[in-house]
Amino acid sequence: MNPGMNRDYLELDDLTVSFDGFVAVDGVSVSVLPGELRFLIGPNGAGKTTVLDAVSGLVPCTGSAKYAGHELVGRKVHKINQLGVGRTFQTATVFEGLSVLQNLDIAAGSRRPARTLLRKRTQVPPEVAETLETIGLTELGDQPAGVLAHGQKQWLEIGMLLVQDARLLMLDEPVAGMSHEEKDETGRLLQRLATDRTVVVVEHDMDFMRSFATSVTVLAGGKVLAEGSVAEVQADPRVQEVYLGPGYSAEEAQAVFATTAAADSERSN
Amino acid sequence: MSRHGTPAPGVSTALHRLRPLLTGRWAVLGGFALAALALFVVAPLALSDFRLSLLGKYLCYAMVAVGIGLAWGRGGMLTLGQGVFFGLGAYMMAFHLELDDAGDGKVPDFMALISSDGVPWWWEPFRSGIFTILAILLVPAALAGLLGLATFRRKVRGAYFAILSQALAAAFAILLIGNPKATGGSTGLNNFRGFFGFALNDAANRRMLFFISAGALLVMVAVIRQLMVSRYGELLVACRDAEERVRFLGYDPANVKTVAFMVAAGMASVAGALFVPIVGIVSPNDVGIVPSIGLLIGVAIGGRTTLLGPVLGAIGVAWAGSTLSENFPSAWTYLQGLLFMLVIAFLPDGLASLNGLLRARRRTGEAPEPEPEPEPDNAELTTASKAAPTTPTVSGSAPSGAEESAGRAADPVSATHSGGTE
Repeated sequence: MNPGMNRDYLELDDLTVSFDGFVAVDGVSVSVLPGELRFLIGPNGAGKTTVLDAVSGLVPCTGSAKYAGHELVGRKVHKINQLGVGRTFQTATVFEGLSVLQNLDIAAGSRRPARTLLRKRTQVPPEVAETLETIGLTELGDQPAGVLAHGQKQWLEIGMLLVQDARLLMLDEPVAGMSHEEKDETGRLLQRLATDRTVVVVEHDMDFMRSFATSVTVLAGGKVLAEGSVAEVQADPRVQEVYLGPGYSAEEAQAVFATTAAADSERSN
Repeated sequence: MSRHGTPAPGVSTALHRLRPLLTGRWAVLGGFALAALALFVVAPLALSDFRLSLLGKYLCYAMVAVGIGLAWGRGGMLTLGQGVFFGLGAYMMAFHLELDDAGDGKVPDFMALISSDGVPWWWEPFRSGIFTILAILLVPAALAGLLGLATFRRKVRGAYFAILSQALAAAFAILLIGNPKATGGSTGLNNFRGFFGFALNDAANRRMLFFISAGALLVMVAVIRQLMVSRYGELLVACRDAEERVRFLGYDPANVKTVAFMVAAGMASVAGALFVPIVGIVSPNDVGIVPSIGLLIGVAIGGRTTLLGPVLGAIGVAWAGSTLSENFPSAWTYLQGLLFMLVIAFLPDGLASLNGLLRARRRTGEAPEPEPEPEPDNAELTTASKAAPTTPTVSGSAPSGAEESAGRAADPVSATHSGGTE
């Protein structure tokens, strides 16, 4: 993959995470370009979330993870975030006792000078209002984030990254527990975001992946198993094997990855 | 992306329009004016000199409490060792008063009795009043800053932080007892005759001391209020509720928490410094584990997440303590423990949450009307309540400063009455 002149890309090189001898991520090398909506898939325990943990500084790792030319490995979590790297969590983590507005304002605040902290927020800052609009929570701005529905919390979490203008978004199962319509809305939002940002999505939902991924990396046992477009990955017999186990017929494999062609042609239209 | 599903709650608009009048800037200023009136005019007129100076002592506890409210209620740091900072302030002031009483270059009486070594070198700077005041303001806060960074950077929190702070209080008391030559040992320092040139046995000067502590308390409440309603206050609550999340948004929560810890330490120190001339004695009994927890009980009972809960709780508990122990010397300790347990078990957010809880109960009994959203203006009583997600009304409808300070004592009674009539 050739990153070209744009340096705002994510490049993982031989990224390795081990916990007490157990190697959760084993020499992963991946590049994700801006404009890409990259899905990270794989069976349970493949190390998908651990890759996000390593890049965002939550777990110690070896190898290299560079974003926009900055080495992320070895930096602290909040320093990594300050380089424009934001992530969400499997279970949406928002400040439940604070209002939606306050949640977004806090997220935006880490980019502001420290002295603004000592003053009261007297109005809705424009970037917060804009983000509320984007994630469709304007009317719920004054509600405590704790009362939001599950899907809304996921959106709020994405909004918290948008309001601080994170350039690399790493989302961990953003559509888990969402209704069909909500998934579609989320997918379209991610597509819009990916036009000028780098977006990495860890997801189990195959339908969602097929509908919105521009490229896919398949992890298994902590290693990169396959990488490419949705169609390429699905056609890969090794991918079929890790998802289904050995001994399944090609027809059964096809059944699991059905509707791909339809989704693909729909999008190309 | 548009939202369907949960409808925006229809807010009772009349209530909504009324609330700014009760919670806006004027209400806050009115509340402060009322409190100032009570402390500067009513209290000196209504109370004997003895009672006034007792109230002055309670105000010192309230100063510690308002800081604990910020650190514990808003920041989630259960600090069981505020006695250390209180004690540092108190002893530094006591050093100065002893040296001042002794006169230029002389040795304080208690020291001369114990040994003939003279004044320890590190006592000498406390001959200067300005040095003493600066040290009282800066040393405990700086110590809290170092401690805070050292512990919070290592992600020490919760019970571990509580134990650490308690151990510190124990160590501090032992240190004081172990150095009788410099600190008076377990008897402490007492028999102060003057305070910056004013004789302490003069009733007018003692009243002045009360006014100083009342003024200091009001200033501290104003500072804490500003910190609570500011963006910093929101961030501090966020650190309390989801510290890791804050980290992933680009903040270092250790810094955020350390600031609150430093503010609390500074306030405890000033409180200790004023405690010494008002009470006339400071000893390890005022700074160890037991008094440190005693300071906390008032905060818990009053309502740790609110602005005025800790203040009124600390004053109330201290007042009840001395009144009851005048009549039933040993009963108070048991009652205090019982009260603490009851509050923790049934009112985790303290008495300050009682009014809102009862109101919420009444409302749900009346009609399943949508609940009003918390007012940002009312932030000192809203955002922090951990109960907010499940019962938004609790915090949303809590009274504001002025209303609360005037009406707290009557609140449970009136609420019970109206609850009973329904």
